[in-house]
Amino acid sequence: MSALYAFVSQALAIVAAMLLAPILSGWVNMCRAWLQNRSAPSLWQPYRVLHKLFAKESVIAEHASPIFRAAPYIVFGCLLVACAIVPILSTDLPLSSAADAIALVGLLALARVFVSLAAMDVGTAFGTMGARREMLVGFLAEPALLMVLFSASLISQSTSLPTIVGLLAHRELAIHPVLAFAGVAFTMVSLAENARIPVDNPATHLELTMIHEALLLEYSGRHLALMEWAASLKLFAYSCIGLALFFPWGIAEAEAPLELVFALPALVAKLAAGGAGLALLETLSAKMRIFRVPEFLATAFLLAVIGLLVQILLG
Amino acid sequence: MSILFAQLVNLLGAVLLLLAFAMISQRRILSLIDLFTLQGATLVVSTAAVGYVTQQPHLYVSAGLTLALKVVLIPALLHRVVDRLDVRRDVETLINIPTTMLIGIALVIFAFALSAPIAKLSSTIAGGSLGIALACVLLSFLMMITRTKAVPQVIGFLAMENGLFFAATCATYGMPMVVELGIGLDVLIGVLILGVFMFQIREQFDSLDIHHLERLKDD
Repeated sequence: MSALYAFVSQALAIVAAMLLAPILSGWVNMCRAWLQNRSAPSLWQPYRVLHKLFAKESVIAEHASPIFRAAPYIVFGCLLVACAIVPILSTDLPLSSAADAIALVGLLALARVFVSLAAMDVGTAFGTMGARREMLVGFLAEPALLMVLFSASLISQSTSLPTIVGLLAHRELAIHPVLAFAGVAFTMVSLAENARIPVDNPATHLELTMIHEALLLEYSGRHLALMEWAASLKLFAYSCIGLALFFPWGIAEAEAPLELVFALPALVAKLAAGGAGLALLETLSAKMRIFRVPEFLATAFLLAVIGLLVQILLG
Repeated sequence: MSILFAQLVNLLGAVLLLLAFAMISQRRILSLIDLFTLQGATLVVSTAAVGYVTQQPHLYVSAGLTLALKVVLIPALLHRVVDRLDVRRDVETLINIPTTMLIGIALVIFAFALSAPIAKLSSTIAGGSLGIALACVLLSFLMMITRTKAVPQVIGFLAMENGLFFAATCATYGMPMVVELGIGLDVLIGVLILGVFMFQIREQFDSLDIHHLERLKDD
């Protein structure tokens, strides 16, 4: 019975991730439009775009290697697995025993490597430039993300995500200063990783400033659809990691299957609040120069390290 | 309940440290003043929290004093100085900011290592905050050393006093009232004098770069 329940909660988590991720992107765009006094696109706009792209023919450059064709599937797969091992609805996830917090960072890195490889594969200048920038951002963001996850595992003495979240959700009311540092650092890392405004503008197609869009320039049709879907899955995965670490309430436990009924509305409410916050943050800040990005991410890394030190000092 | 308050004080200490780091990495003078104001506000809350836990009403008075001085009066004065001197531009630093922050990390490790044995001996509610306070003081020192302009140096000086004040409230539950009043007045007068000083430097050299002060003679 418990095995069946675990299977159901895992399947539900994957389906929820796939369905909610485009809506989350749409919601962030909607909030951004409201805040900027524009009339907002519909919440379902990302679905319409995906539908349109899946129906279209996919054109592939003449000199493209198999990596270019395979990359969208690999990237989508990596991010789907990443979403599956983050406890979003329930901490009882059979897949999560396969990968802990460190492997999660590895999965995200694998996706990034393939996006960059595919962008360089065709050999256009923009793709190569975008790939280089993506790796610049990535190699600085990764250690910071690891440090944030280590801070959380220092509290719970485990790198397994469900254990961390279960412990954080069930602790007695205690204030951990480390979470304040880790929270700020994590926000900065997720802004950089998801190509959000201080680092990259997701809405621009202005060639010289774009990172994320430059990587996808050569893709079309179903490949582009998969890449876009993967990008919204990434945003979803990061939001869920943030919610799971810093706002772990309302996630169902292994012993209490019925909590699953309430976990979904709780998740949607938390995501809605988080998405609105992200839109606010994006509207309030200006995009920085690319050479300021290392400074931004170094700050995130240092904050996470300071958080670890404070946790060690205060116990 | 008192454990929760001790943790709150620890959290506020961590926020102070966070703000000290933010100040080190901040290039703009106006944001620097805002961060300083926030640091003052954090200090007010932490002092009041310590006062509540330890049932020492005089800490409320010093919290009020901090509020009046460091959240209202001194930031207003600094804003005035910045307006008058028209120095809103970005601040240059002697060492670039990522390096400064790495040095800052080293300072924090040093401060924590230094205060760890003391924290074990202490019986006050938040023994660990001594290390945080020491780290704040050292970071403010670092800020004074790495900035070339006069206004950020003054802010660094004031932030250092914030760190000392936090150490005093957490480690000894506040100094005697006379001492606190004295220090508060000293800081205020210090800001006034430094303000006058800045105008003088500016009048003499047409710039607030303190490198000009290194030469003793006009030649």
